[in-house]
Amino acid sequence: MREGVLVKPYERLEKAQIEKIHEASLSILSDPGIISYNREAAEIFGDSGAEVSSHNGYWRVSIPERLVEESVKKAPSVVKLSARDKEDSLILDGKEPRVRFGTGSESNIILNIDMEDFVSEKTGIKRSFPVFYRRRGTVQDLCQAAHLCEHLQNVDFFIRTVNIQDEDITEDNKDINKFYASLNNMKKHVMAGLTNVEKLDDVIRMAEIISGGRGSKEPLISFITCVTKSPLQLVEDTTQNLIEIAKRGYPVSVSTSPQGGSTAPLQEAGMLAQLNAEILAGITLAQLVRKHTPVLYGSVPLRVRMDNLDNMYGAPETNLYNMGGVQMARFYEIPCYSTAGIGDSKFPGIEASVNKLLSHLFIALSGAQYIHYAFGLLEGTNTFSPEQAVLDDVHVGIIKSLLKEQRIGEEIEEGLKEIREVMSTSHKMFTRYARKYLRGGEVIPFYPFDGDANETLRKVRERKEELLSASVDEIPEDVKKEIFQEFDVLERIK
Amino acid sequence: MIKISKETIERIKENVVKGRRNKEDEDFEGGSIGEPGVEELIEEVLKGGVKPKEIIDYINEAMEVVGKRYETGEFFIPDMMASAEAVSAGMKVLEPYLSSTGESMDKFVIATVEGDLHDIGKNIVALLLKGAGFNVIDLGANVSAEKIVETVKEEDAKLVGLSALLTTTIRRMSEVVEKLRAEGVDVKVLVGGAAVSAEYAEQIGAIYCKDAFEAVEVAKGD
Repeated sequence: MREGVLVKPYERLEKAQIEKIHEASLSILSDPGIISYNREAAEIFGDSGAEVSSHNGYWRVSIPERLVEESVKKAPSVVKLSARDKEDSLILDGKEPRVRFGTGSESNIILNIDMEDFVSEKTGIKRSFPVFYRRRGTVQDLCQAAHLCEHLQNVDFFIRTVNIQDEDITEDNKDINKFYASLNNMKKHVMAGLTNVEKLDDVIRMAEIISGGRGSKEPLISFITCVTKSPLQLVEDTTQNLIEIAKRGYPVSVSTSPQGGSTAPLQEAGMLAQLNAEILAGITLAQLVRKHTPVLYGSVPLRVRMDNLDNMYGAPETNLYNMGGVQMARFYEIPCYSTAGIGDSKFPGIEASVNKLLSHLFIALSGAQYIHYAFGLLEGTNTFSPEQAVLDDVHVGIIKSLLKEQRIGEEIEEGLKEIREVMSTSHKMFTRYARKYLRGGEVIPFYPFDGDANETLRKVRERKEELLSASVDEIPEDVKKEIFQEFDVLERIK
Repeated sequence: MIKISKETIERIKENVVKGRRNKEDEDFEGGSIGEPGVEELIEEVLKGGVKPKEIIDYINEAMEVVGKRYETGEFFIPDMMASAEAVSAGMKVLEPYLSSTGESMDKFVIATVEGDLHDIGKNIVALLLKGAGFNVIDLGANVSAEKIVETVKEEDAKLVGLSALLTTTIRRMSEVVEKLRAEGVDVKVLVGGAAVSAEYAEQIGAIYCKDAFEAVEVAKGD
């Protein structure tokens, strides 16, 4: 079991303010209500007592406060996310601020680094510099990313990092191949969005075969559905995904990504009220489809840039919105799928790491149970850099250490003993007592990538290569055989 | 003569590697408390008739293992120091037997020079030297040139190590070297510390050691 780090959460909003946001969200869901582009969702809301009016291609739905409150209460506080290795499974508890970090996004671009030699015109001295290559992601990149993340010890769960854009990947085989590429290269929990809802049963069946046979109740996989197009519009296909996943009782993150300054208010209160309303609409729908559907409160708010209205993940407001989202999720006692470790830098290294750390630290401090986007992302969510993922792993490890529970009560006697013993020696050094913390993995011996920008990237790249050359436990051959008989897995990733 | 099993000898080596002086000590993972450490095991084998010189050979073998593990990155400074402490504790048990058999360990006088109270670096060097089997006479910090020279003469030491962190105190090193030379004392002088450079060492006729490991290597090369 990956237990995560139980933090003493930083509560930016007071209880009365949280209640105010909650009331504002309920009020929004009733008036102006939401727009649904999905007929089935409109019908489900209508059948449950919501006021629904039909328009040209969409439905306006006014959801009564009572319906939202009753439905949200049905969402379980505890969500189990299993893994191929039981040691990697997660139990998320909405009542407990226990923090875990994972990957995220479905970046179109992979950024690779080569170290190349250059000769100075001035001095004639040859030096090695990193050179960056950008290209579209492939299914093999996804396999490699999963392989790498299997060995990054602070990655607690895996959400596909790369959008697989190979020529032979189609809408029909994309879901099977992206889940297979992830599951075969790692034993941690795997989460992803769906490309084609008709393939949902195939994906679930494949996961069940891997977890020990059909009908297995261990959810090795879970799903993300970004049901809302902000402001307050339920998208036809992702809403359908949510309905179908909920019917099957699979864990699902009901996410939304309102953009402060463009598709949502820039100011904090309005943003939080809308963010919360959009998520509650999705959670209500999931519970109406099937009571007690395991859901995560999918909070992915951000601010936009003022020069071109692109996403600005590194904006301070993005962090404030996300911290608010974590508190709202805790108010409902639903585990929070939150957002951190994402910034605007285009290249891996120092600047990107500083940008990311501001959110890594604050969102973890706020006590989110399931923090996605935390490894390897650059330029918002556009690019995945394996080297940056290696750097982020070290930094997330530092944050986990920083936020760990204090143990003063159990440590004080030992501390006194050490001090007394050391004072009786000639050299007066406490080093021998540091060893058990070092061996137990509680402290990092030193920062592994120090150096100038080039040296750091060279070291990080070496570490990445080392991790990729370490083997992973793939799915057993007999299980693979069963999968290949039934599903269209690409030959090159088998 | 009581026959000492190979296992007991191996346990001495194992406990040197684990840095356990005696049964009170934990190993590098926090375990083994209550099991015999280097002190108890050496006492046992001495009673069994194993010669002190032979025990020192085993200890050296164990320290080679520790050194190799440090080089490969498996061990860190705290491991080296704990092992050196274990060896130092073992040497104390061995000392009376060594003098009674006429065997002795090389003497190494070490000090932080006058005006400087910084002794962490000096302490690490002292400990690793003990771990390498030297009889270290540690004079502490803020030690005058007179005191150092006097001790070297009294103890008939062949090696002396001087440490300084402050740039204002390194000139005290040259005073020590000059005094030693003036009194015709044949001794190798090792210098180190944040304030010292290879150039300065050469200038005053001493050997520069960039860290504790180099100091041990230089001392062994004597």
